[in-house]
Amino acid sequence: MKIRLWCASFAITAVAATAACGNGDSGSSESGGGGGGGDAKTLTYWASNQGATLDVDKQVLGKELAKFTQQTGVKVKLEVIGWPDLQNRILAATSSGQGPDVLNIGNTWAASLQSTGAFMPFDKAALDAIGGQSKFVDASFKTSGMEGKDPTSVPLYGLVYGLYYNKKMFADAGLQPPTTWEELQAAAKKLTDAGKGTYGMAMEGGSYTESIHFAFIFGQQHGADPFTKDGKPQFTTPGMVAGVKQYVDLMSDGVVNKSSVQYKNGPEAPGDFAKGKAAMLMSQNNADNTLQADGMKSSDYGVVAIPTKSGNKDTASFVAGINMSVFKDTKNKDGALKLVKFMTSPEEQAILDKPFTALPVVKGGTVNFTDNPAEAKTFADILATKSVPLPLVPAEAAYETNVGNAVNGLLAKAATGQKPSEADIKSALQEAQDKMASAG
Amino acid sequence: MSVDTVETPAAGSTAAAPAPSRPRRRGRRVTPYLLVLPAVVLELLVHIVPMLVGIWMSFVRLTQFFIANWSQAPSAGLDNYKVALDFSGPLGKSLLHSFGVTLAYTVLVVGVAWLFGMSGALVLHRSFRGRGFLRTLFLVPYAMPIYAGIMTWSFIFQRDNGLMNHLVKSLGLGDGESFWLVGNNAFASMAIVAIWRAWPFAFLMLLAGLQNVPDEVYDAASVDGAGIWKQVRYITLPYLRPVNVVLVLMLFLWTFNDFNTPFVLFGPTPPRSADLMSIHIYGNSFVSWNFGFGAAMSVLLLLFLLVVTGLYLFLTSRRSRRA
Repeated sequence: MKIRLWCASFAITAVAATAACGNGDSGSSESGGGGGGGDAKTLTYWASNQGATLDVDKQVLGKELAKFTQQTGVKVKLEVIGWPDLQNRILAATSSGQGPDVLNIGNTWAASLQSTGAFMPFDKAALDAIGGQSKFVDASFKTSGMEGKDPTSVPLYGLVYGLYYNKKMFADAGLQPPTTWEELQAAAKKLTDAGKGTYGMAMEGGSYTESIHFAFIFGQQHGADPFTKDGKPQFTTPGMVAGVKQYVDLMSDGVVNKSSVQYKNGPEAPGDFAKGKAAMLMSQNNADNTLQADGMKSSDYGVVAIPTKSGNKDTASFVAGINMSVFKDTKNKDGALKLVKFMTSPEEQAILDKPFTALPVVKGGTVNFTDNPAEAKTFADILATKSVPLPLVPAEAAYETNVGNAVNGLLAKAATGQKPSEADIKSALQEAQDKMASAG
Repeated sequence: MSVDTVETPAAGSTAAAPAPSRPRRRGRRVTPYLLVLPAVVLELLVHIVPMLVGIWMSFVRLTQFFIANWSQAPSAGLDNYKVALDFSGPLGKSLLHSFGVTLAYTVLVVGVAWLFGMSGALVLHRSFRGRGFLRTLFLVPYAMPIYAGIMTWSFIFQRDNGLMNHLVKSLGLGDGESFWLVGNNAFASMAIVAIWRAWPFAFLMLLAGLQNVPDEVYDAASVDGAGIWKQVRYITLPYLRPVNVVLVLMLFLWTFNDFNTPFVLFGPTPPRSADLMSIHIYGNSFVSWNFGFGAAMSVLLLLFLLVVTGLYLFLTSRRSRRA
């Protein structure tokens, strides 16, 4: 009898634990807060990880925030949050109301997070308080929220994709940096020697965010938009399928190390490029940090725009970057706006862009993260003339997840020797679209 | 377990003791409740209340548009459940697939972990030189921090420099270029890690249970000519039955709800072959920002586990009554 009682009580406890585990979203959302809005004199600021490590960010920002405190008398409690945790922390803060006053967000989340209603809209008065909309680079400001609504974020650091190439490997093979996708494919093939462990292209093949970025960029090159004008997903159009195929074919064609489908943390693909295991790398400009930490000099590599197939649209990147938002519940709106103004001031931008290898998001700024003027000009040109924002619709975050994971699945298929056909790609994209439709 | 042996003298002594005075009896009645009160309060706060909130969430449309203001979320009625249980729809189909993977994973992990634990306990129950060292060694996976252990395995399973491929190639079992964290092999990798983590617990529990089997019974059996297998079958297993009832239930619930192993090995979106229920629910809640649907799946999981646990306890208790 006692055994049965013991078993029963154990079972109830264990099953209850199960439920709590299954519903972890509610449990952890309540623990996610931190600043709780701070008080009138202290702001809580969640910064994203931009430098080589969290500690580097703390040091860099700590010094600048001390200046801010000196100028305004407002203290700032800083927390630097790694990318794998940032979105969860923001969601937890949003649902619990226990968030920071000011925070960084990935600019592609801007519209999705705007739709939660947790962030303060930057109306005209708020924009004027931080120096006006006109101070920002137009391309960057377009990422700040949905069209026709007051933005809920403003640009902080600018990033775009470029094609990095290893100058020595290209010179040894008698190659010029590619100007068309066909040239890139030919160069990648020529530079691949699987026996020696060198490949034409490095790839972060397990990262769903990279996969969605390239699905979008190459889809744009084929003239395809992932959403209709009224925000409905259309992932299976011929252009979308062709865009995904263009990316996945790099793996199918064997110009990428198959093992890179296991790469998902960020520094692995740049690491392969820096170690001479890959001759090309498609990455955002903050790859410079990893490349130089891995022993490359800025003169060892060149950067050109990611080329397009002959006759296609010349889109080389989306407008990537980091934006800054203010939580609506902040108890110190004035202080929060002062901090945003400070961080987006030309002086601070010039200081912060260097360690964080970022492009300036305010007009008149110069690219200063590299001592290679050609690289600086290439990235500035890509941002100004060859970049479009990711879709500014509430479903953007779900699009990133569903399509990004579908592309990852296709890359894994390609790596394990089953070259995905157009029909396979269309079916994977259809499944992603159906999931979004069922989820409502 | 020793519960039965404790029960008899306790009951006997109560019957033999003189009738206690009224206040003392009242004190006795209240004391157990006072003792369990902190546990009950904590249980309510930590498990039951979030569980009830989760059940409520499953009936509302809690998407990104309402997470900042839960109370405004419109009612979804049974829609979240309908979507989850519509196995011809994409989300229902993927939930069913995840359920199948989880069931196969649980059966495999619990079965093998129990077998390893039983074997280890039987061998190390008898005294021999080096027994203490081996006991300690076998408990290392259980004592090791979970994340550290699984991360080490993820290095072992890397394709290029991983120990697993090196071993496979050295033993001539393959070309050493297999993926262990991608595609269908991901299931096997995850199961290996889970067995490695779970079996020391089974070993520990069964070893403790074996201490209660009197040596005389074995001596008598061997005098009667029973071999080692007969001894295990007719003496050891029946004696260990109470331990096994609890052990298998615990291993089942832990393994069915395993989140850490796939999360650390593969991240928030595991390969299809390793898409366990817990991480599937997490993905739908946190990665796709659809908390109502995630909660509905949690509730379905809870109901399934309640039914299985109830049936299991009913069947095992009926059998023990018959015995």
